[in-house]
Amino acid sequence: MTAYISHPPFTSQSLQAKDLSCVRGEQTLFANLSFTLSSGDCLHVKGENGVGKTSLLRLLVGLAQPEQGEVIWNAANIKNDLDNFHQGLCFLGHRDALKEDLSALENLMMYAALAKVDLSHETALQCLWQFGLREREDLPVHYLSAGQKKRIVLARIAMRRAPLWILDEPFNALDFQGVQLLVQLIERHLSQGGMTIFTGHQEISITGSRALQL
Amino acid sequence: MNAFFVMVHRDLLLVMRRKSEVLTALFFFVIVTSLFPLGIGADTALLRKIAPGVIWVSALLATLLGLQRLFASDYLDGTLEQLALSPRSFVVLVLGKITAHWLVCGLPLLILAPMIGLQFDLDNASLETLLLTLLLGTPVLSLIGSIGAALTLGLRGGGALMSLLVLPLYIPVLIFGAGAVYAKSVGLDVAGHFSLLGALLILALAFAPWVSAAALRIAIE
Repeated sequence: MTAYISHPPFTSQSLQAKDLSCVRGEQTLFANLSFTLSSGDCLHVKGENGVGKTSLLRLLVGLAQPEQGEVIWNAANIKNDLDNFHQGLCFLGHRDALKEDLSALENLMMYAALAKVDLSHETALQCLWQFGLREREDLPVHYLSAGQKKRIVLARIAMRRAPLWILDEPFNALDFQGVQLLVQLIERHLSQGGMTIFTGHQEISITGSRALQL
Repeated sequence: MNAFFVMVHRDLLLVMRRKSEVLTALFFFVIVTSLFPLGIGADTALLRKIAPGVIWVSALLATLLGLQRLFASDYLDGTLEQLALSPRSFVVLVLGKITAHWLVCGLPLLILAPMIGLQFDLDNASLETLLLTLLLGTPVLSLIGSIGAALTLGLRGGGALMSLLVLPLYIPVLIFGAGAVYAKSVGLDVAGHFSLLGALLILALAFAPWVSAAALRIAIE
């Protein structure tokens, strides 16, 4: 089960958060948050519900603007070159972003085309099979369970060649084996020089991961 | 495949999986335009006179019906975020979505129009003009409409608000579209009408995708 699509290792890159502050309505969720992530680093963002974990991830990917501070990708503010930053970014939001009327395979092929990944039919199938979706690849997604949908999302992450993964609650809805698969996937990504930031309430042990308590 | 075709292909595929939504808008167009001859009766002179206006107004309303779906489902399931975060140009993706909307909500109106024209006893010259104005005008409807759809995305009761925002902006297209058919029927030169419709199309193409993309970025923030 470890024969994922193999990519050559990433060149050294870094993501830096500088004095980030986030305000929702009148409430300051967090202020002066700084950290640096370089190749091979993994950050587990922890905290209670409503503390601003998702807001932090949305600031980091550029979907929202911070009240103060900046996000630096390879020494440049992400605001200045969003397309270049997004080239190296794979984001998983708390919604699956799958089209219910399309099959798992069609969803995956569509995201490959969007991400400029040249994915052949066979590779796409293999990618889905690795995540336990054998014989489910042609079913419309609305027939699948929440865990199976999550597995399509994992296949989507695996086929992208992006150095930076930002994953919002990636372990939700996954069964024990699914969690193991994702842990392996992240560890492999880190060993190739990738970076991962994820949120989650579960105790997840990923080698080389550090925690950020909000 | 480039970003534009990726988007058009995906949206057309989605429409094929759920045909009823599109067919609703088209049947709406057919039924509304058919009600007028039935209600007014066999006064052919009057029918010929009101035909361009009725067909154009129905086209505006039918386009509006389809607009609500333009970004809503992508917004709700999180796809819109992924589109905004993809390495592809977001503006081009938005233009792809608008084009797909025109292909399923605008282009079929052109194909239906000759049949509708028969009910209003339109002659060939008027019908030809009507088709040409629809060809130039319906893309403008989709382009301008996308701005309204993007601005009202995620609002409660956004549909009604969108109609209020968008319909006034459709007035120039309506005036020149219906006006051209009338002018043709009374033997006037229609080159001016077509130039203005063409200008509106170019203007909308140049601005609408950018404005919609900016409004969508605000909606998903």
